[in-house]
Amino acid sequence: MSPSPILELVGLHKAYGSLSVLRGIDLRVYPGEMVCVIGPSGSGKSSMLRCCNRLEESTGGQVVVDGTDITRPDVDINAVRQHIGMVFQSFNLYPHLSVLDNVGLALRKVQGKSRSEADTLALAALERVGLADKAKSHPAQLSGGQQQRVGIARAIVLNPKLILFDEPTSALDPETVGEVLKVMRQLREAGMTMLVVTHEMGFARAAADRVIFMDGGVIVEQGAPADVFGAPQHERTRAFLSRYHGAAH
Amino acid sequence: MTDFDRFIHTFFNLEVAAKYWPDLLKGLGVTAGIGLLVAITGLVFGVVLAVLRALQIRPLSLLIIAFADIMRALPPLVLMIVFFFAFPLIGLPMNAFTTVWLALSLVLAAYAEESVWGGILSLPRGQSEAARSTGLTWWQTMTSVILPQAFRIAVPPLTNRVIAISKNVALGSVVALNEVLNEAQSATSNSGNPTPLTMAAFAYLLLFIPVIFAARRLESRWQWKV
Repeated sequence: MSPSPILELVGLHKAYGSLSVLRGIDLRVYPGEMVCVIGPSGSGKSSMLRCCNRLEESTGGQVVVDGTDITRPDVDINAVRQHIGMVFQSFNLYPHLSVLDNVGLALRKVQGKSRSEADTLALAALERVGLADKAKSHPAQLSGGQQQRVGIARAIVLNPKLILFDEPTSALDPETVGEVLKVMRQLREAGMTMLVVTHEMGFARAAADRVIFMDGGVIVEQGAPADVFGAPQHERTRAFLSRYHGAAH
Repeated sequence: MTDFDRFIHTFFNLEVAAKYWPDLLKGLGVTAGIGLLVAITGLVFGVVLAVLRALQIRPLSLLIIAFADIMRALPPLVLMIVFFFAFPLIGLPMNAFTTVWLALSLVLAAYAEESVWGGILSLPRGQSEAARSTGLTWWQTMTSVILPQAFRIAVPPLTNRVIAISKNVALGSVVALNEVLNEAQSATSNSGNPTPLTMAAFAYLLLFIPVIFAARRLESRWQWKV
């Protein structure tokens, strides 16, 4: 059907001691796709996401990024991570740095760019999330929604092949959720490949190319949003979605 | 002679002051010099220990914890006596200057390590995860993201500690270090007049009031810019 996937999980397992949180995940994310992962708390969504850039080490299986199995010990993970952006639930901006430096830090430290080069690129990234005018501010001066947009700018400034979103709107006030989702939609339209763990059912249904439903450390069901939300095949999916009815609009 | 005249003659005797001020000035130089050195080496060593502890290599961490606990438990005076009188017997002779500098540096390092480590621990895990997720190495994350924040947490309480430990240079008199208080005491015995002690007190004010001011400035400047 399509070109080779940007991200491919093959039989991914993750266990903490005897507690198994991922039990054989197989997933492919293709260029330009936005894949939303939904499922109850503790279903392994975040663990799976964090295995994709090895913030968590998997205990079995493969994580193939752009053709390379990054779980191999000889892989330079710091080099790989430049190509995989990540956006966190709690933003994790650096409070001691300006917004501009938050976005530009990796350009200077990892890619060795000069300050002026880094500032230019960082400002362009901030422009894309609509926050160029906040470049000199510190994170604490921004609203939650603005902070998360800076988090997105920090991810896109490295021009990654893929961005991982770990519940990007779960820590936000309801009135600021929209501005973050809007930026994510714009990224999708610009062709960014995105893997999004989310509780925003309305967003997943409206914006995703594909929806994955996880429960108990496995992918229970996946497909086009209309299919997963409109005609779920599995009882567990139906039970999960029924709890979101009314909240999904 | 009135009581007041006697008071002036005893504690503010210009004749005695004129005779002994060069000695006290030298002593002040020694105190200031060692104090400054202790502050530098103690803080640097403390930060190094905190960073090593952050590597989370268990045996190394245990050693650092033991060091910090022992150095904070022992009175600095005991360290000085051990270094000066016992170490020569095992082939490590130390002069008074080295003894005082080393003893106080180790004590300050212990406190600095605990403060900086506390600062590191208080940061959310997400800070290093965010940095690492953009490709920064462990070391880059430490120097660009973790330590700058840990310092802002650790430094305000540490300024008091630096001042308290630098004042302990006065303990150097037990190993015959010619610091300012020791000079003052000799001058007092030689002249039979305690004016040099008054001078020493003023010397301490001269030395530490600026440090205390600088510390206050640092504390307020390193608040978060909000």
